[in-house]
Formats: sequence, structure tokens, C-alpha cells
Amino acid sequence: MLCQRCGERPATVHVTRIVNGVKTEIHLCPACAESSEMALFAPSPFSIHNLLGGLLHPQPEAGRAQAELRCPACGTTYEEFARTSFLGCETCYTAFAPQLEPLLRRIQGADRHRGKRPVAPGRREQAAAGGTAPAPDGASAGESLAELRRQLDEAVRQEEYERAALLRDRIRALEGRDPAGRGAG
Amino acid sequence: MSLERLLRGQGGSWLTASGPAADVVVSSRVRLARNLRRHPFPPRLTPAEAQRVVDEVRGALARLGPGPGGRLELVELQALTPLERQVLVERHLISPQHAASELPAALAVDEREGLSLMVNEEEHLRLQSLAPGLQLQAAWEAADRLDDALAEQLDFAFDERLGYLTTCPSNTGTGLRVSAMMHLPALVHSNQAGDLASALARVGVVVRGIYGEGSKAHGNLFQVSNQITLGRSEGELLESLEAVVRQLVERERGARELLYREHRVELEDRVGRAYGILTHAYAISSEEALALLSTLRLGVDLQLLPQVRPEVCNELMVAVGAAGVQYRAGRPLEPAERDVRRAAMIRERLASRQAPRAPRGEA
Repeated sequence: MLCQRCGERPATVHVTRIVNGVKTEIHLCPACAESSEMALFAPSPFSIHNLLGGLLHPQPEAGRAQAELRCPACGTTYEEFARTSFLGCETCYTAFAPQLEPLLRRIQGADRHRGKRPVAPGRREQAAAGGTAPAPDGASAGESLAELRRQLDEAVRQEEYERAALLRDRIRALEGRDPAGRGAG
Repeated sequence: MSLERLLRGQGGSWLTASGPAADVVVSSRVRLARNLRRHPFPPRLTPAEAQRVVDEVRGALARLGPGPGGRLELVELQALTPLERQVLVERHLISPQHAASELPAALAVDEREGLSLMVNEEEHLRLQSLAPGLQLQAAWEAADRLDDALAEQLDFAFDERLGYLTTCPSNTGTGLRVSAMMHLPALVHSNQAGDLASALARVGVVVRGIYGEGSKAHGNLFQVSNQITLGRSEGELLESLEAVVRQLVERERGARELLYREHRVELEDRVGRAYGILTHAYAISSEEALALLSTLRLGVDLQLLPQVRPEVCNELMVAVGAAGVQYRAGRPLEPAERDVRRAAMIRERLASRQAPRAPRGEA
């Protein structure tokens, strides 16, 4: 579909507006969408979900392979995620990692968290003393966790869901013991 | 606090029209998105699982000590009528989509309505901290403390690399949404709002109507917030939004001064007419009321209306919503009847403890 404004570039931003019960759809390319003032101060601003929906829409060739992707934990398919922009559970982040990472870079401009981390039960004082940085004794557990996560990513990519489920359980068990405070729950 | 008191109250401590830059910034808000491990995210919850999430949060809150605004009391939305839920939307305590939730969902709020928690909205938890005026840092500190206290009780979904895991990838990372509710009548009047909004979009700042995503900018009230949540620390996100808000405050003040200097007669006429209609109208729609209250508030800030207190304008801006009017009436009302009740409420509120004299006419 071509942009309704310039008629040249492909439309990747899809806006639905409902004014007095009348629904209209607008399809724009990113350039026209950005230059359009309706994006912000207009009565019906962009919905982040519409914007995401545009970014998430599978490319025609990649579409078939992605449509079959399914989270082993909650059953959400990539196609459902692309349609709603909602992930079904924490494991979706691993199941859709190859698709999510470029998406996060596009919508967030980054793919690495630099903020605070949860304080573990009973470890609030130590965390307060050390600010929001990870506790030093968490480093080794973090490394093996990272390795397990890498293997989980790999298993999901290979569509070896049974192995992925085992790895997921090992990661959870390790997180339960993680002294850096991911929570024993 | 009792539900009755919450629903009937005049609004939270954030409506006091106090705090830095209160002439332009109505309130500062910080929201944190958090999810619990081992539960599907809200769009995938069954009613029974959703109830378990609510119960876990209730249990965690019961073990927390009281904060500066008292304890957070949890109210299940299922226990409320649609009208009561709508009142909470108009009070900015829950979102329209939360009010519409068919699954078990809840709101927890402290007595001052400074700290609140939406359970099972788009994410399992949305912590909200509100403060009057431009006090983003203070709002953040309160939210941060509550977040730490909850993390001791609840197991949050967190990934070393991606941070807090959220339903929508637009919240992933810090899960932090920092926003200021700004009253920008002079920028709108001088048609600068659109240009500024495009400029802000380029630096990752979003501008929306007052009830959040997709809502209209009634009463020249705008919510200015960060777009990005991943890749920057909470401190950096706070600082960059604060810098933008400060610039907007200066632009709005500049536009007001210009308006006052160059279009004084027109301005005073508009303010006087707004006051006249609000104090004498017999029936008024919420849309008209908000537009006039915005003009009234501008007049108050420019000291054209010494008889009106700014906090009364703020309270009325929240109270004139359709649900608030009906709740106070104690029953659902037809629109025409609502308009009559609304006008009466505004007349009463503007008449109380204020000398009944006309605004400064020509000077």
C-alpha cells in the first residue's frame, strides 16, 4: 500500500481515527507521518499501538516463517503479536528474540537496559548502599545465566522447544538462587 | 481510605496548584510498568489467573508499611459500578481501558492520591506517583521507593539485558513513563503548539490529551511524556523530560506575556466573558466548561481575576466530567440534566469564599 499523502513511498504507519462515531483510516509513510502535525496536537493523536502495528507488520516473504513462530510457554504466535503488539508472557521475549531485537532497536533506539533492577527480598539495605548497580557477587551467576540464555535463544531459533523448555526451567532455578537479587519468589 | 470518600473527594493533593511552575505545570507524574513472573501478561490472563494476580498484590500491599500518604488501599474494579469506575478515570486514578476491563482488576491508592497502583491494566502493575506543579524528581523518588518495597514482596519479570519485561515492547527496559500535565493556552492561542509538537517528536517526547493515548486535548491541557524507555537510565530519562518541560514553561510564559502586552483588551474581554458565563450559566456542557475554565485559569495566572483561586480552577477541571457530575447527583442523568447540574456546581464553587465582584474590566 502506498502513502496516501505523497503517493510514492510505502505506507507503514496506519492510523484509525473515530470522530463522532465515524471511522476513517489513514495510511502514511514514515516521512509524511513525522511531518504531519496531526501526529501530536490534533484531536486524535497517534496511538502507539497503531504505530507499532505498522512497524510489526511482517514483510511478505518473511511472513510465512514468522507466522508459524509460537511461544512455548503461553502459546502466543508471532502473528498475534504483530497484530496486537502485545506479548503474552516473559518467555515470548526469548521465543521471538530474533524478531524482537531489531524491533526494539527501531522503536526504542536501543536494545540494552541501563536502568535499575529489582531489589531482592531481604536485600534492600545492601542494594540501597550499592545504588542500583548489580551486587558484585552476582557476576558469576550472571555469566552462566547469560550462557544459558544464549543456549535458550539458540534452541528457540532451531525450534527445539523441548530443549528450550528445559533450559528455561534451569534459568528459573538459577535465578531463584541468584544472590544478586532477581528474587527467589 | 473509604471508597465513598475517594469517589466523593475534591481530588488529590496534586490539584493544589502549588509547587514550582504551577502557573503552567498542573502536575507531575511518574508511572512504572511491572509484571509478575510466572503469570501470563494481562492480555493472556484467564479470569482465575487475573484474580490470583490481584490477590498476590493485595497480599504484598498488606505487608507494606504506610507511606507518606498513608496506606495503599486496594479496591477491586468488579465491585464498582461503571459510573464509579468512570469517576476514577476522571480523577486520573485509572485509565479508560482499565475501567473497561472485563477481567478481575484493581486499583490501590493512598489517602492523598499521590501514590496509586493499577492492577491488570495493560501490565500486571502500573505504579503511579503524582505531585503538584513541576516536581518530576520528587514524583520519581516516591515511585522508586514504592517499587523497591514491592520488589521485596513480589517477583518481577526482569531480564539482565532487556530490563523489566512488559506486555508492550514500547514499555520494555525501565518501564518508566515520566510526564507533566501542562496548561498551554497561550501557545495554542498563538498557533505555536503544532510546531513545538513536531520539534518535540524529534527528541522523543510525546504530547497527548489529558486522559492519555488517543484522548483529546480539552481545556488546553496536554500530557508531555518520554517516548523511549530502554537504553537510558531512569535519571537520564527524568532529566531530559524535565529540560523539555522547562523550555515549554518558558515558551508558554513568553507567549502569555506577549498576549498580555499586545492583545490586552481582547484577553481581558475573553477572561471576563469566561468568568461571566461560568458564574451565570444555567446549563453547560463539559467541553464548554473546560474551554472556559482554561481561559479562567489563564486570567488567574495573569492576575486578572484576584477573586478566583487557582486551585478552584484545577478542582473544577477535574470535577466537570460527566461521571463526576452524575456521581455527585447519586444517579445516572440525561445529558441535558447533567449540563444543568454541572452549571450549578460551577456557580456554587466559584461563588464560595470569593468576593462577588466583576473582574478587572478596563485598566
